[in-house]
Amino acid sequence: MKKLLGTATLAAALTLGLNAQAQDQEKVLIGTEGAYPPFNYIDSDGELAGFDVEIAEALCDAANFNCEFVVQDWDGIIPGLLAKKYDAIIASMSITEERKEVVDFTDKYYQTPAKFVKPEDMDLEIPEDIDEAAEVLDGMTIGVQRATIHENFLKDNFPNVDLSLYASQEEANLDLTNGRVDLVMADSVVLLEGFLNQDGGADYEFVGPDYSEKEWHGEGVGIAVRPGEDELLEAFNDAIAEIRENGTYEEINDKYFDFDAYGS
Amino acid sequence: MNLQLVVDSLPQLLDGLGLTLQITILSIFLGLVVAVPAALMRLSPNPLLRWPAHGYIFYFRGTPLLVQLFLIYYGGGQFREELDALGLWTYFREAYFCAVLTLTLNTGAYTAEILRGSIQAVPHGEVEAARACGMSGWLLYRRIILPKAFRLALPAYSNEVIFLFQATSLVSIITLLDLTGVARSIVARTFAVYEIYIAAGLIYLACSYGILFVFKRMEKRLMAHLRPEERRQAQKAADPAQENLPV
Repeated sequence: MKKLLGTATLAAALTLGLNAQAQDQEKVLIGTEGAYPPFNYIDSDGELAGFDVEIAEALCDAANFNCEFVVQDWDGIIPGLLAKKYDAIIASMSITEERKEVVDFTDKYYQTPAKFVKPEDMDLEIPEDIDEAAEVLDGMTIGVQRATIHENFLKDNFPNVDLSLYASQEEANLDLTNGRVDLVMADSVVLLEGFLNQDGGADYEFVGPDYSEKEWHGEGVGIAVRPGEDELLEAFNDAIAEIRENGTYEEINDKYFDFDAYGS
Repeated sequence: MNLQLVVDSLPQLLDGLGLTLQITILSIFLGLVVAVPAALMRLSPNPLLRWPAHGYIFYFRGTPLLVQLFLIYYGGGQFREELDALGLWTYFREAYFCAVLTLTLNTGAYTAEILRGSIQAVPHGEVEAARACGMSGWLLYRRIILPKAFRLALPAYSNEVIFLFQATSLVSIITLLDLTGVARSIVARTFAVYEIYIAAGLIYLACSYGILFVFKRMEKRLMAHLRPEERRQAQKAADPAQENLPV
């Protein structure tokens, strides 16, 4: 037993030494899900790919970390972090009060905005200002999924529109194509991937400004780290600011989306 | 339990109940209008009349109401241009119309089947007696068979009305804010699942018993001549004004 322990210590010492020799980089393990396209998924070559993954790589470069990815199912992703299987979660995790009780979050690294979609042949401009927009949309019928932040956002800010509430976003989109509603509102990526890029959505387009109001749309998506790891947290925050500034973020963003995923 | 929330939500829930009752009453009435000819066609010896009615009843009894609702609401949207050309799209555009149409056709099929059974259950002796008096065709149906059949159908029909009343909760899926639709919206906002659904359930319950009560009274009235003799005598004693009326 003693001998075994000795060997282990030796091995650990060797590993540490080798690491320090190889590069002066801190090794950071990143947990991700790999099942949430286009943000993180396993591509046809079996490699991790997606917006989260590319952002994570850019952040690690900016922070001078030597990063490795660990794939972990969604329901075990926070326990895995707490069990030190990895040091940070970069997996499109929304910052919520509940999660904040268990883990610490960096600043957001993206927040896909909510947007309206209209038929291409419809003549409509929606002004930036919410109150002005509410006047323009007065009396229109808007399809929205029941029990979502979008329903609440519309109810509170657009009191004079008729809301049609659907069980799923697909049904709202269907009634837009049927002409029963004038517009639909949902998360821009959900609309883009689930509707506009599909066959049925060819004649439809985004209209109006990006909406990401903290009160209704939350705080966005951040990187989760174990509580108390302030150094790592700060390093990521600095890295996020850096890639936003030096254009790396934009470069990655434009590969996936035709709007700024960072939100406002 | 947040009782204050239930009290606060009550006006909204009762608004929803208004729509639920409206849809129920309209569909029941129109369904009956559909059901009587459908039942008669179903019993017709002429296959050109019998088979369409048979197909209609077979389809609407054999498929889930939810599927029928989706078919008419979203399926209707797929034929927008054709319906537009017929001038029908203005109706199909409205979820309200689609809901009433679906429920009417659904309850019409069930009611037709109930009526068919009770028409066939009209005792032969009564029909023969009517024929012996010289009645035939429409007169026979109007005077003897249908009145008897309606009485026989009443208990089963009250079930169908209760079922339809409860089935209207499905219309919340096609955007209508009926009692269930309103309840779902309130729950989505407040997360008070128990409070709101229990309140909505109690409102449904009260209405269901209201419907049952009405049917019980109708049954009592329409079946008065079938009640046992001694009870009728007791009633007569209690109400002497009726004593001189012919039995």
